[in-house]
Amino acid sequence: MRISRRILAGLATASLAVTATSCGGGGTSGSFDDTVTVGILHSLSGTMAISESTLVDTEKMAIEEINAAGGVTVGGKSYKIEYIVEDGASDWPTFAEKSKKLIDQDGVPVVFGGWTSASRKAMLPVYESKDAFLYYPIQYEAQECSNNIFYTGATPNQQSEPATDFMYKRSPAAGGDFFLVGSDYVFPRTSNTITKAQVKQLGGKVVGEDYLPLGNTEVAPIISKIKKALPEGGIIINTLNGDQNVAFFKQIQDAGITPSSGYYVMNYSIAEEEISTIGPEFLEGHYGAWNYMMSIDTPASKKFAKSFKKRWGADRVVADPQESAYNMVYLWKQAVEDAGTFDDNAVREALVGQKFDAPQGPVEVMPNHHLSQTVRIGEINAEGGFTILEETGVVLPQAWNQKHPSSKGFACDWTDPSKGEKYKL
Amino acid sequence: MELLLDSLFNGVAIGSVLLVAALGLAIVFGLMGVINLAHGELMMLGAYTTYVTQLIFKLPILKPFYNSYIIVSIFLAFIVSGVVGILLEKTIIRKLYGSPLETLLATWGVSLILQQFVRSVPLAYGTGLVISLIIGLFLPTTFPPKIKESINFKYFKFSSWILAALSGVLTGSVISSTVSKLSRASARNVDVTAPSWMRGQVEILGTAFPKTRLMIIVITLISVIAITLFLNQSAWGMRIRAVTQNRQMSDCLGISTEKVDIITFGIGSGLAGVAGVAVSLLGSVGPNVGGNYIVGCFMVVVLGGVGNLLGTVLASFGIGIMTDLIGAGRLLSIWPDMPLPLSNTINFFATTSMARVMIFALIVIFLQFKPTGLFPQKGRMVEN
Repeated sequence: MRISRRILAGLATASLAVTATSCGGGGTSGSFDDTVTVGILHSLSGTMAISESTLVDTEKMAIEEINAAGGVTVGGKSYKIEYIVEDGASDWPTFAEKSKKLIDQDGVPVVFGGWTSASRKAMLPVYESKDAFLYYPIQYEAQECSNNIFYTGATPNQQSEPATDFMYKRSPAAGGDFFLVGSDYVFPRTSNTITKAQVKQLGGKVVGEDYLPLGNTEVAPIISKIKKALPEGGIIINTLNGDQNVAFFKQIQDAGITPSSGYYVMNYSIAEEEISTIGPEFLEGHYGAWNYMMSIDTPASKKFAKSFKKRWGADRVVADPQESAYNMVYLWKQAVEDAGTFDDNAVREALVGQKFDAPQGPVEVMPNHHLSQTVRIGEINAEGGFTILEETGVVLPQAWNQKHPSSKGFACDWTDPSKGEKYKL
Repeated sequence: MELLLDSLFNGVAIGSVLLVAALGLAIVFGLMGVINLAHGELMMLGAYTTYVTQLIFKLPILKPFYNSYIIVSIFLAFIVSGVVGILLEKTIIRKLYGSPLETLLATWGVSLILQQFVRSVPLAYGTGLVISLIIGLFLPTTFPPKIKESINFKYFKFSSWILAALSGVLTGSVISSTVSKLSRASARNVDVTAPSWMRGQVEILGTAFPKTRLMIIVITLISVIAITLFLNQSAWGMRIRAVTQNRQMSDCLGISTEKVDIITFGIGSGLAGVAGVAVSLLGSVGPNVGGNYIVGCFMVVVLGGVGNLLGTVLASFGIGIMTDLIGAGRLLSIWPDMPLPLSNTINFFATTSMARVMIFALIVIFLQFKPTGLFPQKGRMVEN
């Protein structure tokens, strides 16, 4: 009997989840003068669902926190935030289609959404043509600066550049040669172009580079190349995606490419969530670079991790993408209150210069619609977290990378009409 | 010498993953002519079986035997995928023999169902379901002939299904209450960790080889030898070959083609399960793991020549060695001072993505000249 009840309960939750994706939900009740509905657009099905659903959870939590604290106050009236969750289904055209639906049909003033660069590139023309707003929370390859998107994740100079610098100057493999490994799509390729330019500037040498097609887990040829190019150990920069990391780390360990034999891997896509999937025993001693790490020992960081565990379960972890998603909801709320309206253009103007005391430390929205953030380098430990080794001061974002040959000398500034998307410094 | 050995080993290692994955398909598609797009998902079930076995062997009672769980899971994976394959044959594929397009669509549907199944059903209950399938399908066949021939046999069959359902529910709840990791549904990829004796490297002739790769080569070799012996030496193997060559005539001569179909499909599916164990040692286990291999499997079978095991073996090792030769740019180290344009071309293709493009291109060209593959089947086939 216990079983059938469980199955029934499972079915009930499943059908609830289905309804939740199609219609709205709210936070706690209280006395509000009015409501405002925002859009949340991430993949809840398909390959990206595992990662993106954590963002939905975080955004819901941020909205509930704001509602519990009295909602958004605009023009003396208090508004309760409600949300519509749409499923992008890991399919990029669906992201564009659902964006249109949220903007035209539901009339939401803002959409929080996206993960992959491909989904963002698909949505961008929709938001630009309708002059609507997208808040995008993932660290990405930059080389883009839209007037209609706010990017709260790191740009390469806020993640990969300090990380490369650390590896070449201060890691145990300092001064060694570099080998670059990545999945075959836009982020790893752009990121590695920047890394190659940087390594050259530093006086180092990139001795090899290889990309694994998405979905392919046969890494044997890459391993033999690494062994040939770095026979005595060296620095490996890894931008592989998702479960390809599992295959990579399992097999390099078997092939003897480990920290104890002088090989150190710096990772740009492995956060706490991924460490627990891959297994800390394969990753211990390698490195990661992020703006937020769960092990940051400040009250704001602890509070963020604690409330997330309280809301979604004690075994859950928080990681950098979730922190970005959390920040963007609060930044939007502050900008709306400062603008005194939900109107697009006024909020856009009010948003630049907004400061927020985020779990990672203070962040500020810059004129190029990206955030100034702190960068941290961590060593992966046996407990599945990062031991933070280095922390930079606040790093300003570069929408146009200064090391990439195609964007060197350019910047973006939306507060000055004569400058705009891409101007020469 | 060391270079050659290393290169050969890598090629064989890549090839044996392809081979073990394609072996089941070589039987199902090669011998029976069934285009089974759910083959990858049968592999996935084998991989999940390894994961479940691993967790069960972590329980206090079985802990002392933990190091041997991988051997046990090879047999279990064969049974699990085989049983699911038999069910698939009995319910869907049997009705679609001779209509390849419908089979293709139906099995693709099945592959989606199986993927969603492991995403949204807790693995403990999935295990329970498989156990009830095993009991329900096999218990009636063990009854003495007297019962089998009686008119009340359907009641016996019915009651054995009830027994099967009960034991399934029981195992499901026992596992879910003892192994907490299996009690909740999760779409997240899970991880199989090889026991300590299988990790690290072993040195042969001065070159270090990863042990998991050697293990996969061993699994592949044993599977190939076992299946060749079965097909060529056993009575059922002979019946399978007979049905493959001429179904009507075999039927006339008293071979139960229905039984032959079930056994062939079951073995093919079971081999997919074994392949699942092998790939779980290389990467992570997730609902999409089978999809990564299915194209490669068909490629190997077609290239080798449909209906020929030797062709499949040679094709997979051929592709493996080519992948390593092109992808790791080995020609350059064998012949370091080749003319510049040639070495530039080789460097251009010396990445994993480009090597794949190159290999597919070579296969397409090859099939232009030999459309039936390396070893075409000679003589009259079923469809003629």
